[in-house]
Amino acid sequence: MAVGKEIRTKIKSVKNTQKITRAMEMVAASKMRKAQDRMGAARPYAEKIRNVIGHLAHAHPEYKHPYLQEREVKKGVGFIIISSDRGLCGGLNANMFKATVRAMREWNDKGVKIDLCTIGAKANAFFKRLGGNVIAQASHLGDTPQVADLIGVVKVMLDAYDAGQIDRLFLVYNEFVNTMTQRPHVEQLLPIHGVEDPQLKHHWDYLYEPDAKDVLDGLLMRYIESLVYQGVVENLSCEQAARMVAMKSASDNAGNLIGDLQLAYNKARQAAITQELSEIVAGAAAV
Amino acid sequence: MAMTMHVDIVSAEAEIFSGPAHMVFAPGVMGELGIMPRHAPLLTRLKPGEVRVRTPEGEEEFFYVSGGVLEIQPHSITILSDTAQRAKDLDEAAALEAKHHAEQRLQDQVSEFDYAQAQTELAEAMAQLQAIQKLRKKLGR
Repeated sequence: MAVGKEIRTKIKSVKNTQKITRAMEMVAASKMRKAQDRMGAARPYAEKIRNVIGHLAHAHPEYKHPYLQEREVKKGVGFIIISSDRGLCGGLNANMFKATVRAMREWNDKGVKIDLCTIGAKANAFFKRLGGNVIAQASHLGDTPQVADLIGVVKVMLDAYDAGQIDRLFLVYNEFVNTMTQRPHVEQLLPIHGVEDPQLKHHWDYLYEPDAKDVLDGLLMRYIESLVYQGVVENLSCEQAARMVAMKSASDNAGNLIGDLQLAYNKARQAAITQELSEIVAGAAAV
Repeated sequence: MAMTMHVDIVSAEAEIFSGPAHMVFAPGVMGELGIMPRHAPLLTRLKPGEVRVRTPEGEEEFFYVSGGVLEIQPHSITILSDTAQRAKDLDEAAALEAKHHAEQRLQDQVSEFDYAQAQTELAEAMAQLQAIQKLRKKLGR
């Protein structure tokens, strides 16, 4: 009896898909835990360096670093956009791109030029299609991103800032709220502002070795790098969490689909049996 | 009782050491520094080298840093250690590479561009199919 052969093959194929999505869900879950650990590990450095910068803002250095001074936006602004390398993570990247484009439009309306730096293959592809001016790009950082991978792209943006091509630098990434929620986040990197420490109010300054400019250059560059690194690590956690949720709902949907198909198959089979029986009965009555 | 100060050694990727110490030795760019509590505030860059921390128990702990920044406050010391090898020309090279990547990506529009486009087209086709299926269901097959 060849009833519902197509349905049976279809059920089989959906089952296979479900196996894959279920496996991806579990992989994402374990990777997410690791990514969260990495996020925690990166936090002390960011906190310490922020403390030092906070101290600096209260000290009265003989040298004012350009990164710490507010300046008018004359020529352009820069965005560092962090996305994932791979898809299948729900609306994570799409939401972030939407937020970025919104922020970019604001500047565009004011008539300033926008320079972009993309980290992650998805951001790169998207902003190229959009026709943005991508001046630096990094991708395929893997599951264990390293600061060394980011030095180059950050330096391109800092150089642009030093040269006066951009007067503001923003960082866009997904903020990890919890497993179910990730929020696109636009943060101003340069000029640095708002690091206050109310405990140190008296006037003093550091001793600098060898000199203030040299030390501050190194320190502020590391500060920016650490913020970008933090963004990358956080975005990675978001990616895994989003993928986990997306794959879970895909598995659930596949389950529903299998249920529906199974019902259709059973109905078809029953109809075939009934028809056969009635044929036999009719045949017997005719004899 | 001798005084102690709080020492934190951190790198961007992990916390390395955190605890009290009597004395800390660090390789500053201008020469080796020996720091005791109540040192004047100081900020310096570090050379690649060894950081030694003398703990209140009288033991010495050794850490290797490949450069970084040292901040001294009277009662606390923070060492922001680098994880990567840093030098001006190395940074420059990394920056050039990043730029190069961006330019290259613009040029080879075929591979990834087509891929992305194909993906959006596929997504559209899928959405259409789904809509048709839903419509069919509504009309009673």
